[in-house]
Amino acid sequence: MTDKVTHAQAVMPSLPHAQSLGMIVDQMSAGSAAITMPYDPRLIGDPATGVLHGGAISALMDTASGAAVMCHPSAPAATATLDLRIDYMRPATPGQAITARAVCHHVTRTVAFVRVTATDADESRPVAMGTGTFTLERPSA
Amino acid sequence: MTRKPPEPVEIVKSRREAALARLIAGVPYIGFLGARFDRRGDELTAVLPFHPSLIGNPTIPALHGGATAAFLEVAAIIELAWSSLWQDMEEGRIDPAAETFPALPKTITFTVDYLRSGLPRDAYARATVTRSGRRFATVQVEAWQDNRAKPFAQATAHFLMPDP
Repeated sequence: MTDKVTHAQAVMPSLPHAQSLGMIVDQMSAGSAAITMPYDPRLIGDPATGVLHGGAISALMDTASGAAVMCHPSAPAATATLDLRIDYMRPATPGQAITARAVCHHVTRTVAFVRVTATDADESRPVAMGTGTFTLERPSA
Repeated sequence: MTRKPPEPVEIVKSRREAALARLIAGVPYIGFLGARFDRRGDELTAVLPFHPSLIGNPTIPALHGGATAAFLEVAAIIELAWSSLWQDMEEGRIDPAAETFPALPKTITFTVDYLRSGLPRDAYARATVTRSGRRFATVQVEAWQDNRAKPFAQATAHFLMPDP
């Protein structure tokens, strides 16, 4: 189990798209993961305000959710997103890093259910919240 | 009553191209993803040329779900902005070279369904504005790769329209 977390933590930064977005793993433990994406002008959605594009935040939330599934105690062999719904509650403050915290709160034999929250420096007011379902591939016995 | 002669095609085309380019240039993230837009009249197709940095899982390899979601969101937002400025653009009320340009809609909710894994190939997306109101708009978007009849992802998005 601890090996699984260490493994997932080691694999994460080698995912090309996560790497190109500059994602850093803060924490991974039994079914929960926190990943941070630094502010980067290339990821801006609206140059007039400097606010990050929703797509970059979606990518971060998807990655954190997948990481939470991978380190679930059921030790899945692999996972893929089935669907992800994201509500954008307010624009992210320009210049601040975004952290996504995901919890894989339930798994069945084939499906994992995840809740995910994205915050900037003001952690009391989330930037976005999401719910996702992921496929769960059990390790072959 | 005399009818106005139709505008020369080059003028119409260059005005449309300039307005679309201005819209896309307004979103740096589109450049980061490497997406572009093909235009046929008012119909837009978003194109995401394959690039290794879009890979999520190198062992399969498959496109990152986040890259796919971002591509769909970009396709939806540009389609919505494009269709809402179309009339003003056609009637010459919008100058693509002007300092200010209509603001983009803001995403309220974005729901993406992954139908099959994204291959390491180019991807395409087309969006449809299902409802466009004064304050809110709803857009559906579908993405495919080699085969148009086999979409690999679809999404529904609700947007807050900018103040007029």
